[in-house]
Amino acid sequence: MDSETRRYDAVVVGGGPAGLAAASCAAECGLHVALIDDNPELGGQIWRASTGGDKKRSSVPPGVEVFRQTRVFHLGEPGVLLAEDEERVWRFGYRKLILATGARERFLPFPGWTLPNVMGAGGLQALVKSGLPIAGKRVVVAGSGPLLLAVGAYLRKRGGKHGAEIPLICEQASRSSLLRFGAGLIAYPAKIAQGFALRRELAGVRFAGNSWPVAAEGCERLEAVLISRKGKIERIACDYLACGFHLVPNTELAALLGCQMRDGCVKVDEFQQTSIAGVFCAGEPAGIGGLEKSILEGRIAGLSAAGQHDAAKRLFAARRKQQKFAQSLDREFRLRSELKRLPDAETIVCRCEDVTYARLREHACWRAAKLHTRCGMGPCQGRICGPAVQFLFGWRPDSVRPPIFPARFESLAGISREGES
Amino acid sequence: MLEAITVRVNGRAIAAPAGSTVAAAMMLAGAYCRKSVSGELRGPLCGMGICFECRVTIDGRPHCRSCQTLCKPGMDVRTDG
Repeated sequence: MDSETRRYDAVVVGGGPAGLAAASCAAECGLHVALIDDNPELGGQIWRASTGGDKKRSSVPPGVEVFRQTRVFHLGEPGVLLAEDEERVWRFGYRKLILATGARERFLPFPGWTLPNVMGAGGLQALVKSGLPIAGKRVVVAGSGPLLLAVGAYLRKRGGKHGAEIPLICEQASRSSLLRFGAGLIAYPAKIAQGFALRRELAGVRFAGNSWPVAAEGCERLEAVLISRKGKIERIACDYLACGFHLVPNTELAALLGCQMRDGCVKVDEFQQTSIAGVFCAGEPAGIGGLEKSILEGRIAGLSAAGQHDAAKRLFAARRKQQKFAQSLDREFRLRSELKRLPDAETIVCRCEDVTYARLREHACWRAAKLHTRCGMGPCQGRICGPAVQFLFGWRPDSVRPPIFPARFESLAGISREGES
Repeated sequence: MLEAITVRVNGRAIAAPAGSTVAAAMMLAGAYCRKSVSGELRGPLCGMGICFECRVTIDGRPHCRSCQTLCKPGMDVRTDG
């Protein structure tokens, strides 16, 4: 059992844009930094490297010790995180901790959503980035949020002119919300440029607001999707449905540490410090806001962790602007209540334990539903069904309990042995 | 096309581009990942290690998230579906 604690001035959890920015700022200030990430390559979901990614932007910052495919699953004594990789358990001791754990997609259940080839929008993009051929496939993109456009454009251009065919991108938000959101971008030159680029890349692709998937059909795997649009149902044959309803922050580690939350996100002060001294949080877990906000918050967290408060303050104005953008995302892509009626009685809500909508609606709260149906008690620990039941029934998630990810028996056994000694 | 790596999915040789994840190779093979507790066939959902739908047995080790595991030459991948 390797249980020696490696000690660092700062440990950063998550190697996406926020974590990379935090780690490189902290290291530039002279701190001894470890960066822990659970993927094979750094860059997070957006700069995901692998078979064709952005190797430059997701390269290792100088002076940072990187641990890939390493997942934090528990806390040790105060100031120590426990993580495992394929081979062993690691103990990371920190003076300062920066949480940059990113976000995941929100999934909403509808009949047929558990069929193979119904995937997240970002999920399908990730699979294509990591080797799944998409040329010539028909992909319907659906759900909510700016990610849908980025995914549509990516799938279409992937492989030059032999990309995917996108018969429709459908967005649940209303046209008036989308217009307001578009008009608000005027304050963000970088985002306008991205918007124009997306428009060019998506030329000729049908885009519909006020529309959403109501069912996926197929025998063993997806064959067609039914879309509600202008009060009518349209059936579209396709190979994949790329479907995500905006993003949900990954706050499990922050919750396990005892950080206070606000509106489902980690509460931070102006230096990105959480309610726990020395623990910082940057990027999506502190509020869904996209790339630029994540990088700025990462830099502020890294500088603050190194005690460079004046340098951090110089980034406040730029961050404030990006936080306003985050608020407009939240406002304009709010989920419409019609989506609560998507599941029918037999629709599976919890995919780990195959718990149906009919079984869940008998209960009054998350805890009762868990005790009676095992909803949220499978390997994803409620990460997928939790945000869905919160939307469908208004149930608040329960407290987080360790291990926050399923861990190997040897890893857990190691902890209890240490507890006894 | 990048250099290919050959892995075995349920005994069948599959050539996947270098840098591919096991999830991509498995989908290339047309295999499903697992059977759910009520017997439904499932494929990957989130693509980022959150949902656990893509778990398979790799070189005898069960419950590996195929979307976060890179293909290595000669890897033996077993799925339930």
